[in-house]
Amino acid sequence: MTASVEAKHPQAAALAAAPAASERQWPDQVYDVLKAAGISHMSYVPDAGHTTLIRLFSEDPEVVTNVLTTEEEGIAIAAGSWLGGKRSVVLMQSSGVGNCINMLSLPVQARFPLLVLVTMRGEWAEFNPWQVPMGQATEASLKAIGLRVLRAETGPDLVETVAQAALMAFDADQQIAVLIGQRLLGKKKW
Amino acid sequence: MNLPTMDRRVTVKKLLDARDGALVVTGLGSPSYDVHAAGDRNDNYYLWGAMGGAALIGLGLAQAQPDKRVMVITGDGEQLMAFGSLATISVARPKNLDLIVLDNQHFGETGMQSSHTGKGIGFDKVAAACGFSKTAELRSLEEVDTLCEELCRPADGPRLFVLKITAENLPRSLPPRDAVEVKNRFRAHLGFATC
Repeated sequence: MTASVEAKHPQAAALAAAPAASERQWPDQVYDVLKAAGISHMSYVPDAGHTTLIRLFSEDPEVVTNVLTTEEEGIAIAAGSWLGGKRSVVLMQSSGVGNCINMLSLPVQARFPLLVLVTMRGEWAEFNPWQVPMGQATEASLKAIGLRVLRAETGPDLVETVAQAALMAFDADQQIAVLIGQRLLGKKKW
Repeated sequence: MNLPTMDRRVTVKKLLDARDGALVVTGLGSPSYDVHAAGDRNDNYYLWGAMGGAALIGLGLAQAQPDKRVMVITGDGEQLMAFGSLATISVARPKNLDLIVLDNQHFGETGMQSSHTGKGIGFDKVAAACGFSKTAELRSLEEVDTLCEELCRPADGPRLFVLKITAENLPRSLPPRDAVEVKNRFRAHLGFATC
């Protein structure tokens, strides 16, 4: 079924093609730069785009990880972690950003360092229309509550962006979300 | 059926007099006032907002400071907004995190509207179902004295205690509202620098 659809729509087939080898390695490189930035704590609501990062952190005995029931839990946990002297990162999908808005008043008002990595849906080769409203509102919502928002569309750019975002978050007390473009993540496979 | 309830300030003062080095996080509203009324301290972290965040700030803190006990003191309304946190905390299974729910069965800060806990929702039962290592509902100061002794003993996992308190709005004892200052002095207490 999928194959025949793609045969009739070459553009869709191209979008679904595997990313280049260098881009396939970005999750490992993001893990490396987060470790280098002193991250020893991670909370997440799973997303396919975060699969490798979740696995790498979960297998790391130096890192405490939490699976969440809803994304705003991770914002509060990260604040508690900083109170206790640990650097935390929160992983979520764009649909979860909407769940976080009031809880983000905590790091914004108390100036807690915050680093959130957001995998985007609803913006590129999206087949599920229900993902589009929150995907389109993600950046505006984060900016409205007071976060700094950065975006990356390629693997190398993402690795560099996460490295400097971690520095700004933890050395300059900033609250930062890094949006990982759906164009980089590729079409969801069914 | 009117079951006995406790004076919230007396109850909280007992818990804090016996804190024995525990780090304390408070939920917004009256629990923050109760803890402040017992004496302002650098190792108290008060919330003035972020409803639903208290227990989870406690989790992050407990994970970052595994050798210290963390006590979250919050209200039934604040904990209701963090219902899922009981699943997250149970799965994380910290051995140094105790949740104290001051339960007056009302949203006291907003006009004393009746809350879920007066209509059959018991946080001790919910936490027990989630797998907390110890849960109970307390209605007398004698039971609180016994709890203070128990809290000083090691736990196998997270614990949650519901303390049924009288629904009343006492004179407010306001903690500092400068959230950056409260954060920085808390971290300084643990020996951490500010930015």
